[in-house]
Amino acid sequence: MSKTKNSKPGLKWLFKMAWRDGKSSGNKLILFIASIVLGISAVVSIQSFGVTLKDNISSESKALMGADFKIDSDDPPNERVLQIMDSLGGPKASEIKFASMAAFPQNKATKLMQVRGIKGGFPFYGELETEPKNAATSYQNQGSALVDATVMLQLGIQTGDSIKIGKVTLPIAGALKSVPGSTAIFSSVAPPVLIPYRFIEESGLVQTGSRIDYEFYFTADANTDLEKLDENLDPILDSEEADLDTHTSTSERLGRRYENFGKFLNLVAFIALLLGCVGIASAIHIYIKEKLRAVAVLKCLGASKRQTFLIYLIQVAFMGFIGGILGTALGLLLQQLFPYLLEGLLPVDVQLTFSVQVIVMGILLGILMSVLFALYPLIGTLYVSPLQALRVIKENSTKSRKAVIFVSIAIFLFIFLFSLWLLEDWKYSLAFVGGILATFSILAGIAYLFMRTIRKYFPHNWGFVARQSLQNLFRPQNQTLTLVLAIGVGTFLISTLYFSKDLLLAQASLESETDSPNIILLDVQSNQREDLAKTINTYDLPVLSDIPIVTMRVQSIAGKSVAEIRKDSTSQVNGWVLNHEFRTTYRDSLIASETLESGTWTSQAKDLNPVPVSISENFAEDAKVKVGDQLVFNIQGVLQDAVVGSIRKVDWSRMQLNFSLVFPKGLLEKAPQFHVLTTKVPGDEKSAVLQQELVEKYPNVSIIDLRQILNVIETLLGKISWIINFMAFFSIMIGIIVLLGAIRTSKYQRIKESVLLRTLGAKGRQIININALEYLYLGVLGGLSGVALSFISSQLLAWLVFESPFVPSLIPIFIIFPGIVLLVLVIGLSNSLSVINKPPLEVLRKEVT
Amino acid sequence: MAKILNVYHLEKSYSSGSKNLKVLQDINFEVEEQKTFAIVGPSGSGKTTLLGLCAGLDSPDSGSITLCGSELSNLDEDERALLRNKHIGFVFQDFQLLSTLTALENVAVPLELQGDKKALKIGKELLEKVGLGDRIHHYPSQLSGGEQQRVALARAFSTKPSILFADEPTGNLDAETGEKVEELLFDLNRESGTTLIIVTHDIELANKTQHILRLKGGKIVENREKQVQ
Repeated sequence: MSKTKNSKPGLKWLFKMAWRDGKSSGNKLILFIASIVLGISAVVSIQSFGVTLKDNISSESKALMGADFKIDSDDPPNERVLQIMDSLGGPKASEIKFASMAAFPQNKATKLMQVRGIKGGFPFYGELETEPKNAATSYQNQGSALVDATVMLQLGIQTGDSIKIGKVTLPIAGALKSVPGSTAIFSSVAPPVLIPYRFIEESGLVQTGSRIDYEFYFTADANTDLEKLDENLDPILDSEEADLDTHTSTSERLGRRYENFGKFLNLVAFIALLLGCVGIASAIHIYIKEKLRAVAVLKCLGASKRQTFLIYLIQVAFMGFIGGILGTALGLLLQQLFPYLLEGLLPVDVQLTFSVQVIVMGILLGILMSVLFALYPLIGTLYVSPLQALRVIKENSTKSRKAVIFVSIAIFLFIFLFSLWLLEDWKYSLAFVGGILATFSILAGIAYLFMRTIRKYFPHNWGFVARQSLQNLFRPQNQTLTLVLAIGVGTFLISTLYFSKDLLLAQASLESETDSPNIILLDVQSNQREDLAKTINTYDLPVLSDIPIVTMRVQSIAGKSVAEIRKDSTSQVNGWVLNHEFRTTYRDSLIASETLESGTWTSQAKDLNPVPVSISENFAEDAKVKVGDQLVFNIQGVLQDAVVGSIRKVDWSRMQLNFSLVFPKGLLEKAPQFHVLTTKVPGDEKSAVLQQELVEKYPNVSIIDLRQILNVIETLLGKISWIINFMAFFSIMIGIIVLLGAIRTSKYQRIKESVLLRTLGAKGRQIININALEYLYLGVLGGLSGVALSFISSQLLAWLVFESPFVPSLIPIFIIFPGIVLLVLVIGLSNSLSVINKPPLEVLRKEVT
Repeated sequence: MAKILNVYHLEKSYSSGSKNLKVLQDINFEVEEQKTFAIVGPSGSGKTTLLGLCAGLDSPDSGSITLCGSELSNLDEDERALLRNKHIGFVFQDFQLLSTLTALENVAVPLELQGDKKALKIGKELLEKVGLGDRIHHYPSQLSGGEQQRVALARAFSTKPSILFADEPTGNLDAETGEKVEELLFDLNRESGTTLIIVTHDIELANKTQHILRLKGGKIVENREKQVQ
């Protein structure tokens, strides 16, 4: 016996064995690969698009601003600001921007528009896209206007028609297709009209109380350190109530806005990926079950448990690698669809690129998820006795408790870390993992309770078929838990996606259903109030509210002047409180969107000094004040002492005028002010005629048509729901794969039993009915549990997050639920057909050997 | 001659529900090197359990087994796997070829586990020896039962084991094929000087060995040396 040649086979042999075994088992891993591919492609498509969008925004940051940096202010710049601008070489272009009604005399249409008076060569980067093209440059010299292209299309306006803005009427030089830095959808409430700067004064629209932005555009040398410039100048400009923005800071801010949206989509994609993981675990479970005999033989031949474990682990990792590559490729292809799905929502024309980081992430994620979710079935190979090769012994399913706990912890840790990476908030991530854990536990609990209840109250007097199908649900080797989990989780995720969409839509359309105003008239001067109200009344329309607005600034907080607070580096007071020009009102009662949090509401100022003012919660928080604290306001040059009388909680999401500061009656009546009037107009036609007359008579008054805003929000949500549907499609596809996997797991068991029944004389129809009823019970139980769970979680979301009533869509109940039950039936019964159509012995030989 | 296998006071029981089923009771025997040995007995007498214990596939409740100089109860699972790889060959009733590997790859696996770089070359020679030189790249499902058992024999002898355990080696074959496989088994055994332990129902096959151990109800009822016919 010479045994000298043995040296342990290394990794190379393990790879060789993994390859040999895997190459002829490939078709058995289709479910596995499909789960990874779909899961990874969902994540990669969203991730890749997010990175691409961020890169695009960053690379086009100059074009997004149209300049290297700008200085803006709510008021005409003071001496100090002018000096700073001079020291920077003076602005290369200036702009005055405000919202105003515009009239189109040719077709008697009116529209709230953002009037932008431009002087100089703006934009310096990017371009004004116009039709005809030369209008972008010629409008300045010709003294004409560029009008938003969509408005022109909607109102049937042609180039050469005229536009009336305040007192000035200008010819339209062309249609404005895009301006650097603005998105179609976000500017559709007040679309832009560009006019030469010199006509602004003439329009007569720059009056007291009007909200006007003054913007000054600068260009800089390539070697100018814009970050340093921002650092040095912004604090000085802040104290002069102006602001400096560089193109990089603007694009970063814009990038963050889309990042939040991306985070939500990432989470949805992650859910699809998690479903894919259930698919992985289920597919590997079947695969490994079929390999246990081979593992026993290998152990008989002298392979160690580590070697047999590694052979299959390598296979799984390799499949994960392949799945990762395919999923990443599919994801990158799918992201091409996103610019079409999100058309009009994006700030830049997205040039799709392939990010190496995302590609690496996709592939690594494929490997990691495969290995992690295959570990649980894989550790089964460690505990296979070589004795199984010698004869059929009862499968030893006792896995090490330690190994199972270790794998479970690893899985939850992974889910937590991945969601933390996506959400960047450990509390949300923890809640997300907790939610998943709770969902699985509840579904498992339902399955367990269901089995116990049937066993306890078993209907012994039922017929053979009904009894047999019910018994299938709780006897040994039953599939109740697996299928209820798979069906339940899939249904839960898909229904939750739909319900979330409903919540978002309900939030937006809520206001349109109530009896609230739908026309808001801004900037009504005190001397116009009565006439304007009369005009409204002639149309048999009510003036629903007449809200006085007084503008003012904060002069001091708790005895410390704004200037002192600005200088105090330890001050916690938020900058906007110090710089903002507040639009305040006065009235004697709270309105529907307000609730008193603390203090006492004062309805009449009488001779009180300091006057008690009611502040909103966010103002209190940002100004670091509480009830009883002293405040001084500068009301257009007049200082007014005040004390915090009460703090209000304000629902800012309501589409009505809300205020940070509300004064009691009897103090501000004589202060310079303007008014906001509201009315409700039924029908578009009447609304158009009224708006037309109002614009003609009161050119300074801006009209906000809330129905237009709702349309914009609905369009926005429509686009978002496209993406949600897109992701739901992934979830459904993966859900089907999970279902296929779960049903295939018990295929051999079912076939053996069905064949036995056939051998004993059962008719094909009886076997079909037994199986059909079993899958029907499981489909109904899993589907119903999933819909119910998603209903509860959405209701919680409505209460805790959206704070709005939840009117669930009927789609999950009437389409998704029956659809899933049908799917379970079809997949389940397709398993039984081979039993029905062939002789029992042939089936046994084919299926069981 | 030296003893390759010593079994003393071996006991094994399985629990079946609440009952404890004694499968083997006080089993004592020895096997000399290079001898052929048959374990016979009716169904349920404990033959296969005894074979599994002797080969280190399972652990006894009490008693000791010394195989190739190693006391099995002193070895952990991986050490027993190493011992099997070094010293033991197996032939199973239902062949137990790895269905995803070709005939050649199946034969090469034990050699590869020893790190033998000539595994495939040796495997090919062995397959030629058992008459399957033209089927080396076929998968088990493409071979007949007799051919599969010949591959299994080639695999069993590939590492030149000190002892070979065969569990009903012809149990799944028709009489004619079974006879050919028996012939091949004994030829290869003679050639390599391996100790052969066969578990069988087949008295004719048992009679071809030098020693018969008869079990009944988990106990040895006969343990006799005989002349090879």
